[in-house]
Amino acid sequence: MKKLLKSELFKAFILSIVIFAVLMIGTATSFINSYWQGVLILCGINIILAVSLNLAAGYLGQLTLGHAGFMSVGAYTSALISIYLNLPFIVSLLIGAVAAGIIGLVIGIPVLRLKGDYLCIITLAFNEIIRVIMNNLEITNGAKGLIGIPMNTNLVYVFIAMIITIFVVYSIVKSRHGRAIISIREDETASELSGIDVGYYKVFAFAVSAIFAGLAGGLYAHYYTVILPKGFDFNKSVEILVMVVLGGMGNLKGSIIAAIVLTVIPELLISFSQYRMLLYAIVLIAAMILKGTGKGEQIMERLSFFKKKDEVKPE
Amino acid sequence: MINFINQVINGLSTGSMYALVAIGYTMVYGIAKMINFAHGDIIMAGAYFALIAMGIVGPIPAILFSIVATAALGVLTEKVAYKPLRGKGSLEVLITAIGVSYLLENAFLLIFGSAARTFPQIMPKGTINLGGISIKYITIITLVVTAVCTAILLFFINKTKLGKAMRAVSEDQGAAQLMGINVDTTVSLTFAIGSGLGAIAGVIYGCAYSLITPYIGLMLGIKAFIAAVLGGIGSVPGAMVGGLMLGVAESLTIAYISSDFSDAVVFGILILVLLVKPAGLFGKNVREKV
Amino acid sequence: MSTPLLKTEGLGIQFGGLKAVDEFNFEINKNQLFGLIGPNGAGKTTVFNLLTGVYQPTSGRILFEGQPIKKANTIKITKAGIARTFQNIRLFKEMSVIDNVKVGLHYSHPYTVFDALFHTPKYKKAEAAMQEEALSLLRVFHLEEFAESKAKNLPYGKQRKLEIARALATAPKLLLLDEPAAGMNPAETAELMETIKIVREKFSVAILLIEHDMKLVMGICEKIAVLNFGTVLAFGTPEEIRNNPDVVAAYLGNEEEG
Repeated sequence: MKKLLKSELFKAFILSIVIFAVLMIGTATSFINSYWQGVLILCGINIILAVSLNLAAGYLGQLTLGHAGFMSVGAYTSALISIYLNLPFIVSLLIGAVAAGIIGLVIGIPVLRLKGDYLCIITLAFNEIIRVIMNNLEITNGAKGLIGIPMNTNLVYVFIAMIITIFVVYSIVKSRHGRAIISIREDETASELSGIDVGYYKVFAFAVSAIFAGLAGGLYAHYYTVILPKGFDFNKSVEILVMVVLGGMGNLKGSIIAAIVLTVIPELLISFSQYRMLLYAIVLIAAMILKGTGKGEQIMERLSFFKKKDEVKPE
Repeated sequence: MINFINQVINGLSTGSMYALVAIGYTMVYGIAKMINFAHGDIIMAGAYFALIAMGIVGPIPAILFSIVATAALGVLTEKVAYKPLRGKGSLEVLITAIGVSYLLENAFLLIFGSAARTFPQIMPKGTINLGGISIKYITIITLVVTAVCTAILLFFINKTKLGKAMRAVSEDQGAAQLMGINVDTTVSLTFAIGSGLGAIAGVIYGCAYSLITPYIGLMLGIKAFIAAVLGGIGSVPGAMVGGLMLGVAESLTIAYISSDFSDAVVFGILILVLLVKPAGLFGKNVREKV
Repeated sequence: MSTPLLKTEGLGIQFGGLKAVDEFNFEINKNQLFGLIGPNGAGKTTVFNLLTGVYQPTSGRILFEGQPIKKANTIKITKAGIARTFQNIRLFKEMSVIDNVKVGLHYSHPYTVFDALFHTPKYKKAEAAMQEEALSLLRVFHLEEFAESKAKNLPYGKQRKLEIARALATAPKLLLLDEPAAGMNPAETAELMETIKIVREKFSVAILLIEHDMKLVMGICEKIAVLNFGTVLAFGTPEEIRNNPDVVAAYLGNEEEG
């Protein structure tokens, strides 16, 4: 058992080294031009967003529509620190992430008592409130947007942040904390009656998820150098949620792939950008119906990459 | 003081629009146990249907056409997107609803473009004066229309056989089915009514704000949803009251604080309600059976 | 006379005007196997809910190991040593069989998130220990070959066993079984009776079970409490209960169950 774990981690480690090497060589030799570098950076940021949201939505099972709000807290905090305090990039990123995590705690503690639909709407409400606050503060420059953010983000930072995010979420999920979190999703009452401190774990998963959203926000801000409150609204939250749902709730690999696919394909379709959102919506509905009626699973089983470990057939 | 009363009346007017939309939301939630995120966009569709129709026929037939067309659209979305997921996890349904919302927005965007269209001014202009308080005709008509619609709806739900069927399905779908009630038809009917009311709300919106875009549904839908939750989701009278209260709160905030914060206040109300009394004003607290 | 493991004094709960449980006086000691029976709606599951902190009593109190359970908190109660299973089996369906049990072992081998992140020796030891303990629990119930399967794929009878295994993983002193034989055929019920007896032997745990299956109750319980309209009608050995005219009347002859 231990050996398997070791080899899985090991394989992932080797894979990431290889990908990193490819990316570095690609950018150094300009094989990957600056346009595609941008796309890759966006991929990385979206992976961080999807994986972190998966922790709260997929593994914990709490449908939250506030992820963009945390991203915006991280973005604005780290941006303002860079602009006004001139601290090193990593420091501002970390502070941004922590700030987002704190907001996650503050919102999570009262809100996570609610169930299902209500939780969803209230996180949406908080997302909007954060947006309105950012829109009206002097220091964030309101609706005009915060400009002049130093462009500190590059592929190296994004890649490392992404690896850290994946590693942290994966490690949590595989540990007893992850089992506690998943048990809450499966049956909250039974989980509580098995002794799990449900309140604690809900807030924990929510806050960790918020921290990484904040990290992604910081990277985002320092790449685009301009951020607007509008960019972190309800639609952004939905975009990220779609990645998680499409990739599979509680499926880490799925989130990564879905994030990449949903970042790259719009770029490829940019000439069809008019129809892009329409297509997006249709794909979303179709995917949900396929998933919900189980037909999706049948299709997914053909694609062995998504296949989870084989189960014993019921007697 | 006069200004205050004026603002309250304005608020009631906006509020009745919210109420009409909230009623649709709450009905669908009660019967299909889902939050139809796309409901706001149905209202938007209603406004556009009326807009095109008024280019061809007079206002009354245009409104009737819009009601029918919007009801049909609502039923269509239910049959295609929601029915396959009936009874499955609410997460999937919610996301599908979001998908339908996007679909409608972007479809209308493609057809009509993002530029705002002017809605024909079919309401009589002018105001009446009651002891220093001036009330616009539009306001009165809106309030009356909403009151009449709600009254008819409540009568329908409480006194007719179909209405009873709807209530039965909302209480216990399985039992209703065993009693011979056709759940599919009942659900479709609910969507039809909710959407039809939405069309009226869309027309009111057009008259009140005179410009419509494919994006009006989003905010309207969210606010109406907040109104429904405030009144107690699943309760039609609750939705009405919630809508009116929300409209007044919004109106007063815009008048006395700032329009920027009106959205925040509205959301703040939602948060307050959910944290203090999630069941809303008229709702019931349902305990999970262990 | 030593302190009873669990004792209720005048325990009651009122919902609106309805007294679901009223003047419920009950005692159970270490290693005893008692049954709680009664017609439908008598309040049996409500009693369980009171004992596990799902409901707060409106009257009376519960003493566990001599300590009153005040403003009972489900998590604290579980940690104090009361575990339960449910009428409609509540497993963590998408989790593996062994993970279900490991959830029960959550607090037995604690480690922090940082241990998990850095794969410290503490983490590895704890995980290995949990793996071993979970497997040995599964072995008691002959479930070890299904360890990696998803809980939802187990047949019904095995799911019930898994639920009991998970409850036992929390190392309880008192195990509450809510209609464990519900939905089982005679063969499965017989197997369940054996399982409960094994649990009795291998784990020093007091067991209180709710059941409608008289064969099971009469077959393994040392003493039986009969609940009717939320209050104890009779309490005694299976023999005594079987011959109690009040009990017979309460059940209106629906005594012998297949």
